[in-house]
Amino acid sequence: MAVVSGKRAARQRSGERYFRTATLIAAMLVLALLGGVAVSLLQGAWPALAHFKLAFLTSEIWNPVTGQFGALAPIYGTVMTSLIAMLVAVPIGFGVAIFLTELCPRGLRRPVGVAIELLAAVPSIIFGIWGLFILAPILQRHVQPWLIEHVGRVPGIGRLFQGPPFGIGVLSAGLVLAIMVLPFIAAVMRDVFETVPDVLKESGYALGATTWEVIWNVVVPYSRIGMVGGVMLGLGRALGETMAVTFVIGNAHRVSASLLAPGTTISASIANEFTEAVGDLYTSSLIALGVLLFLITFAVIAAARFMLLRLDRRALSAV
Amino acid sequence: MIRRRQVRKLGNAVALCLSLLATLIGLFCLGAIFWTLIARGMSGMSVQLFTQMTPPPGGSGGLLNAIYGSVVMTVLGMLIGAPIGILAGTYLAEYGRDARLSNLVRFVNDVLLSAPSIIVGLFVYEVLVVRMGHFSALAGAVALAIIAIPVTVRTTEDMLRLVPQNMKDASTALGAYPWRTITSIVYPAARSGIVTGLLLAVARVSGETAPLLFTALNNQFWSKNLNAPIANLPVVIFQFALSPYKDWQQLAWSGALLITLAILLLSVIARLIISALPGNNTQR
Repeated sequence: MAVVSGKRAARQRSGERYFRTATLIAAMLVLALLGGVAVSLLQGAWPALAHFKLAFLTSEIWNPVTGQFGALAPIYGTVMTSLIAMLVAVPIGFGVAIFLTELCPRGLRRPVGVAIELLAAVPSIIFGIWGLFILAPILQRHVQPWLIEHVGRVPGIGRLFQGPPFGIGVLSAGLVLAIMVLPFIAAVMRDVFETVPDVLKESGYALGATTWEVIWNVVVPYSRIGMVGGVMLGLGRALGETMAVTFVIGNAHRVSASLLAPGTTISASIANEFTEAVGDLYTSSLIALGVLLFLITFAVIAAARFMLLRLDRRALSAV
Repeated sequence: MIRRRQVRKLGNAVALCLSLLATLIGLFCLGAIFWTLIARGMSGMSVQLFTQMTPPPGGSGGLLNAIYGSVVMTVLGMLIGAPIGILAGTYLAEYGRDARLSNLVRFVNDVLLSAPSIIVGLFVYEVLVVRMGHFSALAGAVALAIIAIPVTVRTTEDMLRLVPQNMKDASTALGAYPWRTITSIVYPAARSGIVTGLLLAVARVSGETAPLLFTALNNQFWSKNLNAPIANLPVVIFQFALSPYKDWQQLAWSGALLITLAILLLSVIARLIISALPGNNTQR
């Protein structure tokens, strides 16, 4: 055993070289994936982008028969549904996170936390069919008539709640999205709140602050960046979500002032029409929609990740 | 002074009640979804579900071909995605000396982790389906692999970092090359963690619908051909739920329940493994 045979040492050395290269290639593949997605989508979208130029972004017309395609309606729908989802899910998610970190009895903390994390794993198609069969009829029969009757007459915001109650539409899609991203936002915010050192909170209590004052003046300022990052990560999900929206949006390519009217989103248009698209321009226009979605979500996710970079990665189990 | 204290106490009580209310609203919505899923899904549960093919419109049948297709594509997707993900995670945890490159890979991986899955579908359509000229199970599996990779990379890196440096140093002191240390010491030590990551990736992948819509498409019949469109649960649920036929809608609910149960089971197992890991003191 005094001398390691040269052959064996050589084998070990070459093994090292192969293994190291293999891991490097795999890591490069991750980079190549993102690059490949960007390049191939741009390539596919090029005919449409070259044909319509900037009008693609500003036109509302989406007519496969005459071959005119504009992305305004899907962009509007994507932004509106995500906005509604965030308006509903962020305050509720904040409340849930506060409850879990500051109020919940110790014994309940784990089961409720785990339940919320498991819910974040439920596939989005489940939320979609629930929205279509359960939520939309309830909204149509009970909620929307009330909104039209009462809020619809208010000048200003009343315009958002006019027209017949379809059940499906921008508002319903926004609500389904809200329910879908809620567990995710709650879980991330809870993880962020848990990074606040106890000493800081105890100092607040020692000064005689109430629980809420400690939360608002110590916990929230300390975790502000992480909270915004978590919300933007949720926004990224909402913007790109396909199945939860496709069921309840109604797939109508128009921009309506009313939130009760059917609309469409970028991902819903692609999901609904891609396999039926006839002609290169139609397919290319749908891929161009994909490019838009890619750009929007990339910007949001990248910003969110930058904000979350500061936090310990392992503190964010849910992401 | 006393009034001021009362105002503060009141504000505190209101805020905390609102927080409790938010939790109740959240749990209620999610409970409602589960209740519907179980109530509607259970009424369609039968042996038929697992023994018969998806029916033509108006007929009755099961989901056998869809279940088979989903399993095949998930397994195939993991076979492609898992090695790449584990190797890339190994690079980040063990080899990535060039901090800038590692940080870039990490960042891109995080972006891919949250990227919309329908984009992945479009990408695979462009790269594979257009070139091959037709939809196929293989294209679907590749799309699922692309979704599984970022999850695997992340969990692998995190789990490898949990392995104590002492063990690696001991191996190095015996004269082992890094690859020997990684394959003989680090991987076995982190095995259950890596397996957990793979389970989570399977859970993530098996519910994905959007990337399969225009890669694997769907197939009403039994197909073992990887080079042809194949039935799969998510797309069957999508199409059947939107159909006007009662039988189809029932099958969609049953399929939804099946998928959800499978995913929850995988997540629970993964969670149990994580909480049993030595050296893991996080309380979840």
